[in-house]
Amino acid sequence: MSSESSGSSGAPSGAGQKSAAAVELRGITKRFPGVVANRDIDIRVERGSVHALVGENGAGKSTLMKILYGMQRPDGGTISVDGKFVQLHSPADAIARGIGMVHQHFMLADNLTVLENTVLGAERLYGIGSRARKKIMELSDAYQLGIRPDVLVEELGVADRQRVEILKALYRGARILILDEPTAVLVPQEVEALFANLRELKAEGLTVLFISHKLGEVLSVADAITVIRRGTTVASVRPEETSPKQLAELMVGSELPSAETRESTVTDEPMLRVQDLHLSAADPDGGRRTVLDGISFTIHKGEVLGVAGVEGNGQAELVEAIMGMSDPDAGTVTLDGQDISHAPTRERRESGIGYIPEDRHRHGLLLEAPLWENRILGHVTEKPNAKGPALGIPGAPQLLALKEARADAERIVAEYDVRTPGIEVTAASLSGGNQQKFIVGREMSHGPKLLIAAHPTRGVDVGAQAQIWDQIRTARREGLAVLLISADLDELIGLSDTLRVMYRGRLVADADPATVTPEELGSAMTGAATGHLDRREDGAPAEDRAQAEDRAQAEDRAQAEGDPQVKDHAQAEDGAPAEDDSDNSEGGGDK
Amino acid sequence: MSRFKTKFSAQAVLQALAAPALALLAAFVLSSVVIAMTGKDPFHAFFVMIDFGSKSDSQVWIINKAIPYYLSAAAVAIGFRMNLFNIGVDGQYRVAAFFAAVVGGALALPGALQIPVIILVAMAVGALWAGIAGVLKTTRGVSEVITTIMLNSIAGSLIGYFLAEDKLAVKDGNLFHTPEIPASSHFFLIPTTPDPIYGTLIIAVLIGLAYWFVLGRTRFGFDLRAVGRSESAASASGVSVRRMVVTSMLLSGAVAGLVGMPTLLNKSFSYGTDFPTGVGFTGIAIALLGRNHPIGMALAALLWGFLERTGLQLEFEGYAQEIVGVMQGIIVLCVVIAYEIVRRVVLRRQQSAVGAQLSARGADGGEGEGDDNGPGERDQDGKSAPSTQAKKAGTTA
Repeated sequence: MSSESSGSSGAPSGAGQKSAAAVELRGITKRFPGVVANRDIDIRVERGSVHALVGENGAGKSTLMKILYGMQRPDGGTISVDGKFVQLHSPADAIARGIGMVHQHFMLADNLTVLENTVLGAERLYGIGSRARKKIMELSDAYQLGIRPDVLVEELGVADRQRVEILKALYRGARILILDEPTAVLVPQEVEALFANLRELKAEGLTVLFISHKLGEVLSVADAITVIRRGTTVASVRPEETSPKQLAELMVGSELPSAETRESTVTDEPMLRVQDLHLSAADPDGGRRTVLDGISFTIHKGEVLGVAGVEGNGQAELVEAIMGMSDPDAGTVTLDGQDISHAPTRERRESGIGYIPEDRHRHGLLLEAPLWENRILGHVTEKPNAKGPALGIPGAPQLLALKEARADAERIVAEYDVRTPGIEVTAASLSGGNQQKFIVGREMSHGPKLLIAAHPTRGVDVGAQAQIWDQIRTARREGLAVLLISADLDELIGLSDTLRVMYRGRLVADADPATVTPEELGSAMTGAATGHLDRREDGAPAEDRAQAEDRAQAEDRAQAEGDPQVKDHAQAEDGAPAEDDSDNSEGGGDK
Repeated sequence: MSRFKTKFSAQAVLQALAAPALALLAAFVLSSVVIAMTGKDPFHAFFVMIDFGSKSDSQVWIINKAIPYYLSAAAVAIGFRMNLFNIGVDGQYRVAAFFAAVVGGALALPGALQIPVIILVAMAVGALWAGIAGVLKTTRGVSEVITTIMLNSIAGSLIGYFLAEDKLAVKDGNLFHTPEIPASSHFFLIPTTPDPIYGTLIIAVLIGLAYWFVLGRTRFGFDLRAVGRSESAASASGVSVRRMVVTSMLLSGAVAGLVGMPTLLNKSFSYGTDFPTGVGFTGIAIALLGRNHPIGMALAALLWGFLERTGLQLEFEGYAQEIVGVMQGIIVLCVVIAYEIVRRVVLRRQQSAVGAQLSARGADGGEGEGDDNGPGERDQDGKSAPSTQAKKAGTTA
């Protein structure tokens, strides 16, 4: 898992240069309505190598792999396999060209045996009987997959299922294997075993293309690495020439925001005060797991508090606790002097919390409803949407002010530059950036005291991103308190007045955005550095210390593997802002 | 902007007309094919239906039949609007009608008092019966589909148990029924010829108005629809989803409780073994057919009554008696499919209109479609967008 082992992978680098590449992608571009998922992607994958594709959640990795596997057609660019230009119309085309894919979510029938799963859909190759069995055992032996053909898939563990998926691809004659986040579901020992398999495949001349955001793993197994950021390839590096930190920088972008005239608008009036917040959640296996522990912070009027952290370390839970969507076990939340620790969500919204959710499709919009109804969502009790009780009788049903809500939706569309043909279209037909602008406009329209912005510019195009940032800055000047949660370190450093780092449900470090570097933040995000991060205190040695601790941390984790709490955060390795690359968040606006 | 708006509202009108027209046409064609396959003349069948269905006694029959259908559809639609599938309207209305009949038969209050009592008992019992499913869903996570189906069965057994001579019923020939409700508590009739229309029609009209008003105009209705469209978004917006599930099940059940009232208060005046069953399931079909719309469901209920009425006549004319059932099925399927097709077409049109507008703006120099616009553009945007610059830096690494 550490970068030292990368030497052992023995890259056959020189050999591939002369012959044609196994896969070569040139200028691949893919647009979804309103969003560009891939733009001018150039990748060259040498035959007989393990090539890693790294990038943040939503960077466009999965879309690219779907293009290569024939599940999506690119809008532009060329694909060549073994030096020949190809058009891939369907996965069947890809399979015919020797491309196989192992999906993140396995595509196996639980109630069939390994043998049956393998031959399913490929009965013509070797039949379904003894010939198939012989072929399977041949492959299993050749690549040391350890296949037991007569076991039911439901009896297999995750790692074994993955091997069955690899076997399926090989059985169909794959010479190029695509693995989508293969290590996301594995524990470290299984990861090692998988990598041993991959090296075996490579030794037999197969090409492996694998997607990951776990940089330590990438460095230990890959011969070449391509970094994707915001839909385009930003760098191709060799593992021996780089480090996890460098890769992380490439993935999230590292340059500090251009020096802006930042005058502090922070006042000394506290707006949100969170004290000793503790929250536990039910585990799938019945136990309780601490997700937030001893969280304390204060956001003043006019202050943006940024929370950095690898996703899954409690940020989403923190937001839910402040929004009232989950009830904390202990601790208090005070908004503008008012204790709201256990208040219902609606009351919190009424008392002035604006909310830009992390997943706008799930939490911010009614996709099938027209825009003007989305204008009402979350503010149904407030002006201009509410009209008071029917006929003015107290206690009668509360009425909606439909005309005013429509008019105000028009205003938001105009003021926040939401690109839409009108307010009668469904929210789903807008692009991600415009959906987000609409949400920002809606939340800002009720004079919030506190704005919770979770990944406010994720999956949003560049222009919309700039606008959203400006709106947050403007509101801050007017005395708004902002809780900003983001995986984009530039965004955090550029917008925040104060930075905190979250790791395993705790706020472990704080930093001054004026002086901190993404590297320092990165090491705190892996738990390697704690306390106050300040470059000037111990200068360069801070980095060394961080690296040493990084390694110690990794060993710790390997030992503590049995602990479910640790396992849950196992993705926190490597100092990369690793995220679960779930399908629906990829290219936020592809609706 | 206004140009687009008018275009879209024209499209909305087109959509509103296109789907039902498409559905009726398809249903007409398919029904004709089915009738032709039985070796009969489809056009004669349609002629018989229209001729017989438009007679005045048929009209009264159809309207009276449509009243419980409409109430049942409204009960189902309340659930549909928030993504709850209340299949238990059938059990709910039968239990409700039974106990309302028992109470009505036991009391001898003035009509002005007793009728509301009977109706309130029916609504309360219906709500209670449906509420069981709501509570089970919120506390134990049991699907309301399962519980309401099972409660239908339990309702049947419960009524069967009490509908015996030594329990709550009296014997009348071969039939058992609850004691008759006194004549003072009969609901009024609207004097039409040749037969009267049930006065309980006004209950259906009031429920339709309330349905439209509560769902479309009130905060509660908005919350309910929000839950139906996205539970997670509704909960983030401050709706208590659990409470909403229970409330809407109670409401649905209360309306379901009314389904038996037209029969009880206008026709049978007691609950007996021959009390109509299955109206709850008809309500599901009618809610689907009427697209959960208060007027749509009224038309659907009338259409259903029309088909049943004229189906009787078709039998006399030598057509297969199943033909009406087949036509009902075809119509529901056609409507569901037609609306889905039209919905998809409209959504695609909207998306491409949005896309077209974006690229038009993009060409004007705006930053459409998320394309990188180069540094000049960004300078105008202000001091922001650090990460794109960083990306450029990354490319050189």
